[in-house]
Amino acid sequence: MSRLHVVSGKGGTGKTTVAAALALALATEGRRTLLVEVEGRQGIAQVFETEALPYEERKIAVAPGGGEVHALAIDAERALLDYLQMFYKLGSAGRALKKLGAIDFATTIAPGLRDVLLTGKACEAVRRKDKRGKFVYDAIVMDAPPTGRITRFLNVNDEVAGLARIGPIHNQAQAVMRVLKSPETAVHLVTLLEEMPVQETADGVAELRAAGLPVGGTVINMTRPAVLDTGDLDIAARGARTGIAKALAQAGLGGPRRADDHLKAGRREASPAGAVAGDGWADQLIDPLLEQAREHAERVELERVQYAELTGLGLPTYELELLPEGVDLAGLYRLARDLRKQGPI
Amino acid sequence: MTSDDTTLDASAPWLEVDALIDDPGTRIVVCCGSGGVGKTTTAAALGVRAAERGRKVVVLTIDPARRLAQSMGISELDNVPRRVKGVEEAAGGELHAMMLDMKRTFDEIVEGHAEADRARAILENPFYQSLSAGFAGTQEYMAMEKLGQLRARDEWDLIVVDTPPSRSALDFLDAPKRLGSFLDGKFIRVLMAPAKVGGRAGMKFLNVGMSMMTGTLSKLMGGQLLRDVQTFVAAMDTMFGGFRTRADATYRLLQAPGTAFLVVAAPERDALREAAYFVQRLAAEQMPLAGLVLNRVHGSGAAQLSAERALAAAEALTDRTPDDTDTDPDDCAPADAEADTGVEADTGTDPASAATPVAPGTAHGDAPGDDPAENLVPTGIVDLDGGNAGSRTASGHSPAAAEHVTPPSASAPQLAAGLLRLHAERMQVLARERRTRDRFTALHPEVPVTEVAALPGDVHDLAGLRAIGERLALGSADADS
Repeated sequence: MSRLHVVSGKGGTGKTTVAAALALALATEGRRTLLVEVEGRQGIAQVFETEALPYEERKIAVAPGGGEVHALAIDAERALLDYLQMFYKLGSAGRALKKLGAIDFATTIAPGLRDVLLTGKACEAVRRKDKRGKFVYDAIVMDAPPTGRITRFLNVNDEVAGLARIGPIHNQAQAVMRVLKSPETAVHLVTLLEEMPVQETADGVAELRAAGLPVGGTVINMTRPAVLDTGDLDIAARGARTGIAKALAQAGLGGPRRADDHLKAGRREASPAGAVAGDGWADQLIDPLLEQAREHAERVELERVQYAELTGLGLPTYELELLPEGVDLAGLYRLARDLRKQGPI
Repeated sequence: MTSDDTTLDASAPWLEVDALIDDPGTRIVVCCGSGGVGKTTTAAALGVRAAERGRKVVVLTIDPARRLAQSMGISELDNVPRRVKGVEEAAGGELHAMMLDMKRTFDEIVEGHAEADRARAILENPFYQSLSAGFAGTQEYMAMEKLGQLRARDEWDLIVVDTPPSRSALDFLDAPKRLGSFLDGKFIRVLMAPAKVGGRAGMKFLNVGMSMMTGTLSKLMGGQLLRDVQTFVAAMDTMFGGFRTRADATYRLLQAPGTAFLVVAAPERDALREAAYFVQRLAAEQMPLAGLVLNRVHGSGAAQLSAERALAAAEALTDRTPDDTDTDPDDCAPADAEADTGVEADTGTDPASAATPVAPGTAHGDAPGDDPAENLVPTGIVDLDGGNAGSRTASGHSPAAAEHVTPPSASAPQLAAGLLRLHAERMQVLARERRTRDRFTALHPEVPVTEVAALPGDVHDLAGLRAIGERLALGSADADS
């Protein structure tokens, strides 16, 4: 089973939330997971409703059953100093490099190096063992860059190994690539059932596969149940109009008097059409309600097509329902539970 | 039907998009915001609208979705603005569009600013090849560079730019500064020629340190990579100054009065948080913010029917459906109310009195665990009666012939209940979006806002972009009929 879960997705699909939920889901039964943030946005702190995370691994949540989620927001500059330390104990030399702007160079001007550091740090956490030789973390979940950049991001060490053909950087880069290309790693892509995210997911999967990076599953986020099935919508569209208007009236949404009352109560009835027809509020409601139903039908149909597209990728899919009030901490635990219910990831 | 519920508060000024794009003084519009909020679509829609209103426009997109790019005829990634066909040019405008090719832009700079030999040396350098092919960050520099180039050509009177999908929306603004701080830094000198720096007497000791440093770097990076980097930096040296001058110029251009920033967001918590951050940042950088484009806002033609009330009505319908399918409503309605609704107390009230404002008071106590919200209770409860009354009057008035068209798979009440549930869901979305938006406008009351009504599907043709443009200009989520 994979130990490094890389969570990517198009912007706006909720990959940070999904990564957090996955870290919680994997931390059941006393396990310990590390949730890693690489984009410096403090998204994890927001999802867990805590203050900004420092560059330090710290416990951020307790999972049901006694597991623990730890979190780390990787800071590229600090990671570089760590990295230098790792090889050379460059305490003061590191500071001197910083003064010269070498660190700025490495972390911003030579942006590839930044990605090297971020992936390197995550892989270090994957391999880290305690004194008894046991892995410190049972799983690492990375809130990774978006789908459009993920392959390049993960593959950066290949590029570096090609550039630096000898020396410690070369060796380190190769070690990182060994972890990333092994079955120990799984790259999951978060998507919505919308055209652009699904298209990007399909493109992303193709790129990852071409680069020999292990693709995990797709997570369909923010799914919404279909309130009406398409058959019903057809009927509604074909005009069971009168019946529906009648039913609305039966349900208390009709009658010319009701409409009058609304006017008296200071509510605005924008269109006089219903009053002219003499059928009251129900009649005024029916067009907008049917219009909403048509939009719903269109969306359901689009989602069906997108769903088929996704399942065509031949990957395991996981679904997370839209939480109408947004994801707060309780919502996050709920998503984690929902993920767990859908089998091992 | 429109409703006042979904239009903008008086407190938030309205962003007048047409005034902005019609103003000949507006030369650059930058669309920025977090990922997935529709920046590219907004930029394209603005471009189409401005062109059809008579301006000569070029849209610079960074990483458009394939079909959107195709809709503008720029599926080739060749870094050259192409005229978009199908745009209405009667008003004298034109639309051109291009997709940024980072590597190409970078290569062109090298070719344009270094003599042939040196240019070749740079282009063949492995370090350069990696850098230019687009690691995180390069895109931002190149977008800035391209914007500067387009502006310098002065062929268009309006440039609409879509910003890169950065890890942080701010990278675009940071690019010139970062480049500047690097060029000011000593590191670049160290890389190039340690000896040069130690020229002055006082710097001697530093020079020793630097030799050590290059030694360290060499050990770390491997001698060959360090050499590649050094060769690259040396070869680029003469160009760096130019780079920097241009980046600084573009930065100033962004601050100039002819530029307008539009922050694009979706009415969701995270996107608006990012938008707020961006608004502050633009202010700090003295960049001219024109306003906020709130994309994919939901509206409803039946906004006067609250979610709570719709749900209550749907419930009432579901409760009564079993015996309702075939029976004439005239007969069954009163019986139903008695049998299933749990508010039987009111069934005695006759239709006429149910409509009077007194009824709510009596009904109140019987509300089955209902929300005590005031606007809800009177309508929610009395409605059961009013409903019965309504059905009577309705059936009296309407052509009764249609009644037995009741479809086989779902009865009309079931369908109506479904429509009501759907509406309740929509109203909840509306309420949530409103709250999120209100939070933003409370914090930034000075920022003009325009809302773009959500479309059920994606946009991938000019007609779709035109529709978005209309919604942008209209400014309210009620744009749809």
